[in-house]
Amino acid sequence: MKIQSRAVCVTAFAVLLITATACKKKAPIAAPPPPAPAAEPAAPPPAPSTLAARINSFTAEPRSIERGQSATLRWSVANATSISIDQGLGEVQANGSRQVFPSATTTYTLSASSAAGSDSRSVTVEVTSAPPPPPPPPPTPSLSGSEMLTQQAQDAYFDYDKSDIRGDAQTALQRDAQLLKQIFAADPNFTVVIEGHCDERGSAEYNLGLGDRRAQAAKEFLLSLGVPADRLTTISYGKDRPVCTEATEECYQRNRRAHLSPGTAR
Amino acid sequence: MKTKAIIGLILALAAAAFILGSGKAQEIRGTISGGEKPRIAVPDFRGSGDAQRFMDTFNQTLWDELAGSGALTMVAKSVYPLNVPQRPQDFRPPSGATSNGPWLTDWSNPPVRANYLAFGYTGVQDGKLVLFGFLDNASQPDPTSAQVIGKLYYGSLDADGAKKVARDFAADILRQFGAQSLDGSKIYFVSDRTGNKEIWSMDYDGSNQHAITHYNSVSTMPAVSPDGRMVAFTTYALGNPKIMIYSTETDKRMPFYNPVSSAVETPEFTPDGRHLLFSTSLDGWVQICEADANGADMRRISHVRAIEVSPKVNPKNPTQVAFISGRGGAEQLWLMNIDGGDLQRLTDGAGYVANPAWSPSGQFVAFAWTKGYEPGNYNIFVMDIARRVPVQLTHGAGRNENPWWAPDGVHLVFSSKRGSTTQLYTMLADGTNVQQLTTRGNNIQPVWSKAIN
Repeated sequence: MKIQSRAVCVTAFAVLLITATACKKKAPIAAPPPPAPAAEPAAPPPAPSTLAARINSFTAEPRSIERGQSATLRWSVANATSISIDQGLGEVQANGSRQVFPSATTTYTLSASSAAGSDSRSVTVEVTSAPPPPPPPPPTPSLSGSEMLTQQAQDAYFDYDKSDIRGDAQTALQRDAQLLKQIFAADPNFTVVIEGHCDERGSAEYNLGLGDRRAQAAKEFLLSLGVPADRLTTISYGKDRPVCTEATEECYQRNRRAHLSPGTAR
Repeated sequence: MKTKAIIGLILALAAAAFILGSGKAQEIRGTISGGEKPRIAVPDFRGSGDAQRFMDTFNQTLWDELAGSGALTMVAKSVYPLNVPQRPQDFRPPSGATSNGPWLTDWSNPPVRANYLAFGYTGVQDGKLVLFGFLDNASQPDPTSAQVIGKLYYGSLDADGAKKVARDFAADILRQFGAQSLDGSKIYFVSDRTGNKEIWSMDYDGSNQHAITHYNSVSTMPAVSPDGRMVAFTTYALGNPKIMIYSTETDKRMPFYNPVSSAVETPEFTPDGRHLLFSTSLDGWVQICEADANGADMRRISHVRAIEVSPKVNPKNPTQVAFISGRGGAEQLWLMNIDGGDLQRLTDGAGYVANPAWSPSGQFVAFAWTKGYEPGNYNIFVMDIARRVPVQLTHGAGRNENPWWAPDGVHLVFSSKRGSTTQLYTMLADGTNVQQLTTRGNNIQPVWSKAIN
């Protein structure tokens, strides 16, 4: 069990890393502003062009948002002939604001240029996802064992009035044996009850005996695969706990089973 | 096929004829065959003063008791003469063809043609209900020599008292015809009407139903001791299925030491009431064991790699055990000595068999069998243990299981799923006169106890 949860943690960490990397990629390194064109050959620019473009301010408010919320970029630029913001915002006026809805942390770069010189400034809007749930309590081993058993154990099915372990039941029990070994290794107190069940057709009296026999047969098979005997108990429910009640062979088959359920801790 | 059924019926009649032993054979043959049953007329009784309030209950109970016995042919009330005697002194001999009052020939001649006339009345004495009950042999020419029963019966002045005096009177009448009254006998059974299977008790006619256990678990398979004082059953109340024993007089648990086993089930008392036979899981198979009535000194009876359940000891031959065994394939009805020897299979290997139950005479075993039907579709059969010929009593009307003999050896109680639920029914041992006893929830596994003396 511990192995399993460690694996989950590692995986989760890896996912985080990948996500983080992805975020960075999304915020492209600001492309170097195009070189300012050589001033000499151009037609004489208007007076302001003699001054280099200057960014007075470029802000994002708020700087940090949750995904789905917006931030407002505001800027003020002087002396520029060309002003643009990347991230698809394009050309903008010298003074302005724009609402943005970044889905991930994004850096916006404002570029302003004039014949005399250029300027650029960047702001980053940090995007957090919805507040994460509080971290789960550290799993207690028996709970995880129960969950694993409940989710992963397979029922062994039987023929009518029989307790022989069929081929498909062998496959199921072989997987169950691996699972049980894993659970038992992680939790030295974990025990398992093998329940024997029957379909509704036989008599209640005989079915109680037949369910017992099916549980015993499943137990014997698990023991032969090296599952420790002192972790396994059996109980027969006869036909008193059916998983379905239709009078069909499909339902009868679902009820003719050995089922693994968590026992009381040792 | 039809011939077979008729032969079956004849066998059933013959079988039932011997149930009470040879001394009573004639009466019981009459009882079961229907042709020779005595005809009885039972006009409505009236009550004086306050007693009249309970006479509907009285008359219904008396009629049902006599009709339900199967021992008598009830003459329909519609053909009775208008002049009904209430006391023997009411009889007035006719003057020639002129009637002067009630007379026995009014009842013995057509259209009534009764062999017997039950009559009487009730009154109140010292705050009690008193029944003056009479039974006359209608074929006698003179009422003074016709009286078979003339007796006083006392009960409380309410509906229960009216039922009681009716049942007591009916019991006396039935005794005249060799039929045993079931008055006072109890049926223990399993009902899930509360949402969980609990052990319940009721009077033999379905009245007074109440739960004995309240475990909110699964409690099933009751057995009753021969003296009627103990009920043993199988329950999950302690975890794995175990046997518990209750006193029927106090509804309290009594000590029973279960063997260490994954399953202990199908308890049954020996005829002396001092031991218990049951099935328990040993070496991976449910096997038959015997122990003291408190569970001590357990010993194993069967040794086979097969499921074996429902051991039932012959009440007249305590060394003979009928049981259900899966040895050799599908479970069948087997017979063995109580030491495990002398094994004999009683059914022919067809279908699946369950629920053996000995008749009080030890001569017949009733059981449920799927022979001729799909798995799960049980019918009730009765087998004369000497002749080994099974006689089928139900014929596919629902799923019929759990037959159990009444203490009179003439009736059977059984469970049947004839609608969406399983209910308890009684019938005569020839399969006729089917009466439903329960209606709420599902009701199964009845065992019929004689009245506690």
